[in-house]
Amino acid sequence: MPVGLLVTCMNDALFPDTGRAVVTLLRRLGVDVDFPAAQTCCGQPMVNTGYLDEAVPLLRRHLEAFAGYEAVVVPSGSCAGSVRHQHRMVAERSGDPGLVRAVEEAPPVYELSEYLVDVLGVVDVGAYFPHRVTYHPTCHSLRMLGVGDRPTRLLEAVRGLRLVELPEATECCGFGGTFAVKNSETSIAMGADKARHVRESGAEVLVAGDNSCLTHIGGLLSRERSGVRVMHLAEVLASTEPVIEQPPREADRRSAGSAALTGGAR
Amino acid sequence: MSATFLGTPAFPTAARTALADTQLRRNLAHATGTIRAKRAAVVGEVDEWERLRLAGAALKDRTLRHLDTYLAQLEESLTRAGATVHWARDAAEANRIVVDVARRHGTDEVVKVKSMATQEIGLNEALEAAGIHAWETDLAELIVQLGDDLPSHILVPAIHRNRSEVREIFLREMGRYGKAAPRDLTDTPAELAAAARAHLREKFLRAKVAVSGANFAVAETGTLAVVESEGNGRMCLTLPEVLVSVVGIEKLVPTWADLDVFLQLLPRSSTGERMNPYTSMWTGVTPGDGPQEVHVVLLDNGRTDVLADEVGRQALRCIRCSACLNVCPVYERTGGHSYGSVYPGPIGAILTPMLRGVGHDTQLDSLPYASSLCGACFEVCPVRIDIPEVLVHLRTKVVDAHRGEPKVQNLAMKAASWAFADARRTAAAERISGAVGKVLRGTKRRAPGGRGVLGALPGPAAAWSDARDVPVPAQESFRAWWARTDGGRTEQQNGNGGAK
Amino acid sequence: MSAREEILGRVRTALRDVPAVETPADVAVDRPGPRPTTRDDAADVVELFAERVADYKATVVRCTPEDLPTHLASALDGVPRLLVPADLPEDLRPADAILDEQLTTAELDTVDGVLTTAALGIADTGTIVLDHGPGQGRRAATLVPDRHVCVVRADQVVADVASAVARLDPARPLTWISGPSATSDIELDRVEGVHGPRTLIVLLVG
Repeated sequence: MPVGLLVTCMNDALFPDTGRAVVTLLRRLGVDVDFPAAQTCCGQPMVNTGYLDEAVPLLRRHLEAFAGYEAVVVPSGSCAGSVRHQHRMVAERSGDPGLVRAVEEAPPVYELSEYLVDVLGVVDVGAYFPHRVTYHPTCHSLRMLGVGDRPTRLLEAVRGLRLVELPEATECCGFGGTFAVKNSETSIAMGADKARHVRESGAEVLVAGDNSCLTHIGGLLSRERSGVRVMHLAEVLASTEPVIEQPPREADRRSAGSAALTGGAR
Repeated sequence: MSATFLGTPAFPTAARTALADTQLRRNLAHATGTIRAKRAAVVGEVDEWERLRLAGAALKDRTLRHLDTYLAQLEESLTRAGATVHWARDAAEANRIVVDVARRHGTDEVVKVKSMATQEIGLNEALEAAGIHAWETDLAELIVQLGDDLPSHILVPAIHRNRSEVREIFLREMGRYGKAAPRDLTDTPAELAAAARAHLREKFLRAKVAVSGANFAVAETGTLAVVESEGNGRMCLTLPEVLVSVVGIEKLVPTWADLDVFLQLLPRSSTGERMNPYTSMWTGVTPGDGPQEVHVVLLDNGRTDVLADEVGRQALRCIRCSACLNVCPVYERTGGHSYGSVYPGPIGAILTPMLRGVGHDTQLDSLPYASSLCGACFEVCPVRIDIPEVLVHLRTKVVDAHRGEPKVQNLAMKAASWAFADARRTAAAERISGAVGKVLRGTKRRAPGGRGVLGALPGPAAAWSDARDVPVPAQESFRAWWARTDGGRTEQQNGNGGAK
Repeated sequence: MSAREEILGRVRTALRDVPAVETPADVAVDRPGPRPTTRDDAADVVELFAERVADYKATVVRCTPEDLPTHLASALDGVPRLLVPADLPEDLRPADAILDEQLTTAELDTVDGVLTTAALGIADTGTIVLDHGPGQGRRAATLVPDRHVCVVRADQVVADVASAVARLDPARPLTWISGPSATSDIELDRVEGVHGPRTLIVLLVG
């Protein structure tokens, strides 16, 4: 039975490469992965803004789309958190006992690093990414899901990758969904501190498990012309050594690495 | 002394002022950073911290779910121990009771132990109106009172002031209300504390009536507890002839033995100490020792409304430690005044709107949104209040109170709900965004990695893009790619680059 | 309706969701219990107590019953006017001490130090607890003077807060003291010495 990929609405429209990276990665690990086309959005933006009624049709859509799958994999800590911790509340709001039951019977949902480490039992996913990387543990991965050191263990096992410490790593970046626009000045003040810590880390690439937070931090880093790239964890883990005809010399290896970086390593 | 939170604008506007104040942000970052480290160290010493937190939460839940029983029991225990029990439905009633006690003793002043409940009901203002001076004796409260300022933190109300600001206030104001500060006062904390000692000493020694709150009230025995550091609490609780304690009805714990859990949780969470320097406990009147006339005012003032909210009820577990403020990234940057309430920070963002009611005031309705929902508050809360859960719950109440109003957000959420209710509609929306992506594919600005980005945009997008670049939408959605390539199976292996 | 009736009524209305048959005991509480001190670790507990009291800037002096008078004398050095509770044991009481026979607050303010015993000590937190029984004086007596010298017997030291609560009688007034008075109200920088005694000396006997 295949596992269902919940790509998330944001990745679907804005970051399809993240979804493709998950597909590449899971297939490489021998997983039969499917994308149920009926999926849309888990409803988190509505729930976190207080629009529970508006989330009800999305919940129905989600449950129908993923019914019958063995498990659901999602490359987002906050969407995983929403499915796990908020869907029941939405179902109860609907007043439909059938919907509550459907939530209880829905397949288990795993954030990507949880699926890799806990379900597949792998830490070395065979990736190659010769860059200096720092990791931002997004709040919902860290505190709502408790993914712990799973993402950094995965990153440490990537060949060529050097993981550097992010100062004040566990502090929120300030994205927070609609918080980013409703309280934009506070959000930006938080993000500016996060961006500063990223620069201080000396990393070339900032990695996280949520593209929402990365859009916020990356938007600030890009505006500051910091030169730091942001990438989803899935894209780093999907990257492999480029196939090169002749055995490269050391200098070529290095330039191949940076070409992979600027060209969008997969 | 007339500072008031009345008229505080909605949180985003109030926060703007604080964010622009670089001195304030430095003061707050320094202070909260210090206390976070201290808390982490002493919490780390306790092997069974999680079990203690669970016990604290469960004990408070037990109390709250049977609060009527415990209140009646507390009243009986207190009366038996020689105290007089009063009940106050609201702030005005509580203030009247305190004023009456002071008047009966013919005094024109009271000394006060730091108390959130009396801040909440505006007792000092009520006493002033009755011609009675209320002297705050906690150092931070004294700084706030002398500076005609407002509290900005639950534990350290003057956290927004640094040492040189405190020195200025002491030099300028102390002489107006009693013993002046020495003219050669420096800004070392030790000297500032010594100035406060000298200034307040005469007040402690002559006051006839003291007013306090209580950290805990034990239903079984009628014992009240006040946890403090400076000894001002002991002075107020011991020297005057008359003591009035204003106690929120959520401060109860069932039994004497239950107190130990909270005496472990509170100091470590609050000041980051294994134990605070002084804890005073008293049970009614002790002949020959301390006040011989003891009053306890049991205060509702909105607490029963909080109790009626099954999700929000957990906020009444709060023991006012302020750990949630100290870890909150929003509080650290906006300070306490932005919340427009004596209860700032994450706990204030849930407690204030529940105490005063949701859906009728823009400022109150803005508080549940004053959070990125990062969850750091829940992680440190010694009584496990799931603040993010309550924030989301209150957002729902705010939205429900304004349903049907033609607000941009209401319309946007309805539209999004419609589009996401059906994958075909979602796909259609994505085709539009893909078309935008195609038009903008030649954008010159590139983020590292090659993804095209847009700079500052006009209109409503400015809230995002004023400081943050915006990625150009993908030309092809994931959904469209999956359909076109049969999930990538018909795609050439190395043909998927360059989309970013 | 009286305020009492109205508030209790509001509470009952607010708790409509709580089943009528539920009792307080139905809300389960699992808590860590007191950590009893065994004969084997009694010395460690006392040692920890001494360390933790000192951690909060109190002076701790370990002494035997034999050398207590010597240490007591040096602890009281520089205290011209010493106050003692009227029922302080004779063997602890210096000859020229002032007995607290309900001195007025103003009189209390003229003494320089006070000498008492304690009800117990708590090792985990470095706390001494007074229940203001014999030898401990009334509450004001250990508050107004600027130096508090407190004699604690090693066998009075318990391991943790839970053990202390279990031993204490809440009908008595209780004062828990962990170091001299202090404040962190200025920049959260801890400073010792505000309104309570600025010097705390604990003589730990045995």
